[in-house]
Amino acid sequence: MKPTSHAFSDNARRALNDATLQQALAKAGVGFVDKRRAALSELPEFDALREAGRAIKDHTLANLDHYLLRFEQQLVTSGGQLHWADTPDEACAAVLDICRKAGARMVAKGKSMVGEEIAVNDALEAAGLEVVETDLGEYIIQVAHEPPSHIIAPAVHKTRAQIARLFEDLHHQPGLTRPLETVPQIVDEARQVLREKFLAADVGITGANFLIAETGSTVIVTNEGNGDLSATLPRVHIVLASIEKVVPNLEDASVLLRLLARSATGQEITSYTTFFTGPRRRADADGPEQFHVVLVDNGRSRMLGGAFHEMLRCIRCGACLNHCPVYSAVGGHAYGWVYPGPMGAVLTPLMVGLDEGRPLPNASTLCGRCEEVCPMSIPLPKLLRELRRQEFARGLHPPRSRWALAAWAFFARRPQLYRWATRLGTRLLNRLSGGRGRFRSLPFAQAWTTARDLPAPQGDTFMAQWQRRKQP
Amino acid sequence: MRAALFVTCLVDLFRPSVGFAAVRLLERLGAEVVVPPEQTCCGQPAYNNGDFENARAIARQVIAAFAGYDHVVVPSGSCAGMLVKHYPELFRDEPETLAAAQNLAARTRELSAFLAEHTGDRVADAHFAGKVAMHDSCSARRELGVHAAPRTLLDAVGAERIELKDAEVCCGFGGTFCVKYPDISTRMVSDKAAAVIASGADVLVSGDLGCLMNIAGRLKRMGSPVRIYHLAELLAGMTDAPDIGTGDKT
Repeated sequence: MKPTSHAFSDNARRALNDATLQQALAKAGVGFVDKRRAALSELPEFDALREAGRAIKDHTLANLDHYLLRFEQQLVTSGGQLHWADTPDEACAAVLDICRKAGARMVAKGKSMVGEEIAVNDALEAAGLEVVETDLGEYIIQVAHEPPSHIIAPAVHKTRAQIARLFEDLHHQPGLTRPLETVPQIVDEARQVLREKFLAADVGITGANFLIAETGSTVIVTNEGNGDLSATLPRVHIVLASIEKVVPNLEDASVLLRLLARSATGQEITSYTTFFTGPRRRADADGPEQFHVVLVDNGRSRMLGGAFHEMLRCIRCGACLNHCPVYSAVGGHAYGWVYPGPMGAVLTPLMVGLDEGRPLPNASTLCGRCEEVCPMSIPLPKLLRELRRQEFARGLHPPRSRWALAAWAFFARRPQLYRWATRLGTRLLNRLSGGRGRFRSLPFAQAWTTARDLPAPQGDTFMAQWQRRKQP
Repeated sequence: MRAALFVTCLVDLFRPSVGFAAVRLLERLGAEVVVPPEQTCCGQPAYNNGDFENARAIARQVIAAFAGYDHVVVPSGSCAGMLVKHYPELFRDEPETLAAAQNLAARTRELSAFLAEHTGDRVADAHFAGKVAMHDSCSARRELGVHAAPRTLLDAVGAERIELKDAEVCCGFGGTFCVKYPDISTRMVSDKAAAVIASGADVLVSGDLGCLMNIAGRLKRMGSPVRIYHLAELLAGMTDAPDIGTGDKT
C-alpha cells in the first residue's frame, strides 16, 4: 500500500472526529488490556519467562546466519523449498512464480503481516489471480477494501453494525439473507462463504509466527483454524515469513508461544497452534503437494547489529499497540502504513524511509508503557528517540520547530543570559495574565490553549527569588 | 547533610512556590539546601527532539554544577529520570563523562523518593484533611519506579488518598508532544481530567509540574473546582495559596 504516514497529523485528526471509529476503539482497547492483565496474574513466572524469551531471541539474532541456513537445510530435507527474497518485489515474484507453475487461479490466504508488508495480494491480483483472505478480520477488511488497523485484530476499527451492513451488501445471493445481529451469526455467514473458497483454492498462503531451525518447521497460531485449512486443503502451501522469525528449536518456540498468546490476547495458548514440516508424505491422509517458504529480508539484515537491532526481537503480539495511549486514541489507520502503534512507529520509518515516516516517532509522549508490557523487553522509547536523532541530524524537522529549539538551546547553554531572559519573560507573562493565574488564549500558544488554559507564571523566577532570599 | 536542589525549568519559570516548598521540606529534615546557580534545564527538550549535541552540552553543564554534593534532589520525576537514566545513556561512548554522569545519577533522587527515604512516615508537621488524588508521571512511575513514596507521604499528612482510574496511562503532556500533536494530547488530557473529576477528589497532586500544568489547564477550561498542587506544596502545608492556574484575582 502507498504509505500516508507523512500525513499522520491529518489522519489522526480525522480519526479523533470519527465517532464510529472511537466507539470501536474504546471497546477493543479495554478488552485487550484486561485480558492480558488477567492472564499475567495467573503466571507468577512471567518475568522469568520474559527474560528467557529475550535470551533466546538475542542468541538467535547473534547467530542468525547459522540458524537460517540450518532452517533451509532442514526444510529441504523434509521436502520443502526455500525462496530467499531481499525485497518485497522479489518476494512477490517468488510467490507469483510458484502460483504460475502450479497453474493456480485462486489463492486462499491466512493472516500474514509480512504479506501486508510486501503487498502480496496486489501482486497476485494484478496477475489475474483471485485472492481470498480467510481470517475473519482480514476477510472483513478485504471486502471493505481497507488495510488492517491492528497487527493481530485487523478489523478492530470496525463495529459489529458496520460489519453486518458490509456482509448484507456483499452476500446477497439466495440463502444468505439471515439476520446478522449477533457475532455468532456474522461468524457463521463468513464461515459458510469461506468454506467454498478453501475447497476451490489451488494455493494456500499463510504467515509464520516462528520458524524452527532444528526441524525446518514453520509455526502459526490462530483462533479460527483458517490457517490450517489454508495450509492443508490447497495443492500448494506457501509460507511467507521474515528472517527474524527463526528460533533454534522446539523448546525455544514453546517459551515464545507462552509469551505470545498471553501478551496478545490474554490466552494461555491460542485455539490452534500448528507446526508445518514439509509437504504431504506418502502415508499422510492430507496436506499439500508442495511446501514453499518465502523468506523476506526487506531491510531487516541492515538492522542487525545496529541501533535498531533490538526491534528484531519483536514477536508481533500487539501488546504495545493495545497499551499505547496514542494508538488507543487514533487507531491504526492514522499511522498510514502496515504496522501501527509503537512497534510500527519504529518499523515504518525503517521500511518506507524516514522522509515518509518521520511523524510517527514524534507522535509519542515516550510514556514507556509499550516497553513495560513488551514481552521481548524492546526499549521502544529509546528506539523512537534514536529515530528522532536521525531525523534531526538529517535536518528533516520543520524549520519553525528547529529554530525554536535552537533559540531555546542557545539560552539554556548560557545560565546568566538564561536568568536574564527568563526573568523578563515570566514577569511579562505574569503581568499579561492580570492576576487571573491563567490564559484562555495566547498568541503563539494556540496548540496549548485551544483546549486548555495555560497556567501563568506566579511572578519572578525561582532563581531570582532565591537570590534575594540569600542576599537580603 | 547538604542537598543540592535541581529546581527544574518549569518550577523556576512557572511555579517557584514548588521550589520553596521543596526547600522547606528538605530543611525540615535538617538538610542544608544549596541551589547551584549554573543550572537552567535538564536538556530534555533537546534530547527528546533528537538534538543530542545540545542535550550533551546541557548535561555537561548540569554534571559540573552539581559535582560534589552528597544529594541532588529534583521535584520532578521527568527531570530526575533525565539525570538518572538518560545522562549515562548520552555519554555511553565518552568514558570520562560517563563516569561523572553515573556518579551524578547515583546521588540524584526525585523529591518524594528522597523524602520517603530519609523521613519514613515522619514527613512533617503539616496536616491536610481532604480527598487527594495522586497522579504519577510516566517517568516517575516507569523510569524511576517511584510509586509508594508519594503515597506514604500523603498518608503521613493525614490526606484521604484516592486512586485514579487508569492511573498508569499518560496525561498527554509529553514535553513538546502536547504542542506538536495538540489534538491527540487534548484527547489524552481530557480522559485524565475526566478520571480526576470522576474520582471525587478535592485536590489533585503530582510530583511533576509538566503533567500538572497540562491537567490543570484542562480542568480549569472545563470549569472544574478541583484544586491542583504539586505534591511538595501540599506536604509543606502551602495549599492556602492559589492553586495551579488560579491567580490572586480569580
